[in-house]
Amino acid sequence: MNISTPAAPETIDVAQVAVQSRGYWATVLQRLRRDRVTLFFGGIVLLVILISVFADVIAPHDPYKASMIKRLKPVGTEGHWLGTDETGRDMLSRLLYGGRLSLFMGIMPVLYALAIGGTLGIIAGFVGGRVNMVIMRTMDVFYAFPSVLLAIAISGALGAGIGNAVLSLTLVFIPPLARVAESVTTQVRNLDYVEAARASGASAGKIIRVHVLSNVLGAIFIYATSLISVSIILASGLSFLGLGVRPPEPEWGLMLNTLRQAIYVNPLLAALPGVMIFITSLSFNLVSDGLRSAMDIRV
Amino acid sequence: MAQVTADATTEAPAAAHRARPILAVNDLKKYFPIRGGLMNRQVAQVQAVDGVSFEVREGETLGIVGESGCGKSTTARLLMRLIEPDAGDVLLDGERVGPGGMALTAMRRQMQMVFQDSYASLNPRLTIEDTIAFGPQVHGVSRNEARGRARSLLGKVGLDPNLFIRRYPHELSGGQRQRINIARALALEPKVVILDEAVSALDKSVEAQVLNLLTDLKRDLSLTYIFISHDLHVVHYISDRVLVMYLGQVVEIGPVAEIYERPSHPYTRSLLSAMPSMDPSRRAKKPPLTGDPPNPVNPPSGCRFHTRCPHAADVCKTKVPILQRNGNNDHLAACHMLNSGSGHPDAPTRRMA
Repeated sequence: MNISTPAAPETIDVAQVAVQSRGYWATVLQRLRRDRVTLFFGGIVLLVILISVFADVIAPHDPYKASMIKRLKPVGTEGHWLGTDETGRDMLSRLLYGGRLSLFMGIMPVLYALAIGGTLGIIAGFVGGRVNMVIMRTMDVFYAFPSVLLAIAISGALGAGIGNAVLSLTLVFIPPLARVAESVTTQVRNLDYVEAARASGASAGKIIRVHVLSNVLGAIFIYATSLISVSIILASGLSFLGLGVRPPEPEWGLMLNTLRQAIYVNPLLAALPGVMIFITSLSFNLVSDGLRSAMDIRV
Repeated sequence: MAQVTADATTEAPAAAHRARPILAVNDLKKYFPIRGGLMNRQVAQVQAVDGVSFEVREGETLGIVGESGCGKSTTARLLMRLIEPDAGDVLLDGERVGPGGMALTAMRRQMQMVFQDSYASLNPRLTIEDTIAFGPQVHGVSRNEARGRARSLLGKVGLDPNLFIRRYPHELSGGQRQRINIARALALEPKVVILDEAVSALDKSVEAQVLNLLTDLKRDLSLTYIFISHDLHVVHYISDRVLVMYLGQVVEIGPVAEIYERPSHPYTRSLLSAMPSMDPSRRAKKPPLTGDPPNPVNPPSGCRFHTRCPHAADVCKTKVPILQRNGNNDHLAACHMLNSGSGHPDAPTRRMA
C-alpha cells in the first residue's frame, strides 16, 4: 500500500508557488488595461459624462435662447458650429445640455432597478423554495410584455414627465435584473463554500454579505451596464413620443422628435441627436462587454 | 485480503476499546421528495438515508464506506444539519441536537466538515486568511484573534503562513487547497471532524501526505474523525472502526481488522473482493458484484441487498434483517444468514458464540 509511505517533505510543495499573489480585482484591472477597444469606448463614455456635467462651462450659447432669424442653420455656420434647430437654438449647446437628461434617464432607472431587482433576485436565489417562486413568477408577469410597450404603457398611464419616465423605466428593468441576480445567486448558493459557511454556523445575512455578494455582484453589475444603453434608447423613445421630457428641455430623444420635420431641409442636422444616442449607447454596450470578458477569469 | 497481517488481529482489541460515544445517531432518516405533475405534487421519494444508527467514540476514526449513492454524503450533511433530517436524533456529547436541545451554532462549533471538492469549497474572492478566519469571527472571536488563529493553523497544516496568508484559492494546488479546507474546519476548534471524501480527489502522493497530516492533527488536537470514502485501502489505513452502507442503510459495522478480515455481510465481502489486489496471483477473476445498486426511489423489499446477493433466499425478499452482534461484541451486521431463527437455509442452527 503506497499510503503508508512517508510524506514527501512539504517544503517542496510550498516552493512551487513562489509567484506574485494578486487579488481577483487586480487581475481584472490588468486584463482591462490590455483591452484597447474597451479602453477607447470607456474613454468615450467618460467624455460624454464629462461634457454633460460641465455643459454650462463648455456650451457656447444658452440652450433655451431661440432666434427666429437663425432657424435651421446648417452644420458649420459661423458662431453655431453644429447649426441651429427649428427655433434657432444653438445645436451644440443643446446637445451638450441634452446629455445631462439623456444620461440621467439612462442611468437612474438602471440604478434603481439594480437596487430593487438585484435585492429581490439575490433573496429569491438564496432562499429558494416558495420565496423564489413568488418573486420570480411575479417577475415573469412583467416579462410577458415587450419592454418598450411596457414602458410606454406605464409612462402613458402616469402621464408625461421625467419622474414618471424614470419610474416606468425602472419597472421595466427590475425583472431582467432580478432574473440575472437570481440565476447567479442560485449557482453560488449551491457551491461548497457556501455550505461550508453554513456549517461554520454563520447566519444567512452574514453568508450573503461575505460569500454571496462578492461572487454575484460583478455579474449583476455588468448586466446592469449593458442595460444603460437600452435605457438611454428607451428614454429617448419615450421623449420622442412626448411621454418623457417635455419641450423646451434639451434631451436627445425629444430633439430627434422636434427636428424630424427638418429632415428634408437639413438631414445632417436632424440626425445629430440620433448620432449622440448611438455613440453613447454603443460605448456603454462595448464597455460592458469588455468588463464581462475581463472578469471572466477561468483558473 | 492481501494486506491483512498478523498484527492486525492483535490490534483489534485496542481499536475496540470502550470509549464513551461522542456522537450517537439514532434512526436517522432523509427522504428527498420527487415532485412533478400538476400542482407540483410529490410523486415519489428518494430514500437517501433510511434509518441509520451508529455511534462514534471519542478519539476514534470511524470510516464510512459504500458505493456511490448509498447515502454516505447525505449522512454527513444530515449530521452537520446542512439538510434537515425527516426523522431521527443526533446526540453530540450526550446532548440532543436541535430544537429543545443543543443549538445548531453550538453543535457546529464542536463538529466541522471538510468537503471533497477542494476548489468549490473555497470562496474564490477571499484570501486564505479571510477564509480561515471567517468561522471564528462568526462565533464572536475578534478579527485580530481570528487572523492570528488562521496563521497558526496554516502552520499546523504544513503551509508557511507568510507565504500563504494573502493568497487566493486559484493560486494553490489541490493538496494545498485541501490543507486550507482542513485548517478552516479546525479554526472553530471542533471535537469531531467529518471528512467527506476529503482525500478522494487528490492524486496518490498528495493523498498520502494529507492522510498523514490528518493522523498527526488527530493525535495533536485529540480529534474524532468520521472518514467517508469509497476507497477501501484508505479507509483501512486510517480507520479504527468501519461502517458499511448500502442503499441508505447500515449493513455492517465493526472494528477495522474484523471487517477486513472477517466480513460477515455478503455485501461487505463483495466490496472487499472488489479491492484491487497488489498481488497478481490473487487477481479477481470475475466481477464480485454486477449491475448498479437498485434505485433508492423504489428500494427492494426485505433485505435491500437481496437483488444482488449470491446467497439470497426467500426470507430475504420479505423480512428486513436487523443489525445484530456477530461474534465479537463490537461487530454488527444485518444479514439473515447470521441469525439462527431467521429461516434462511444458510443460517446457523444455533446462535454463534
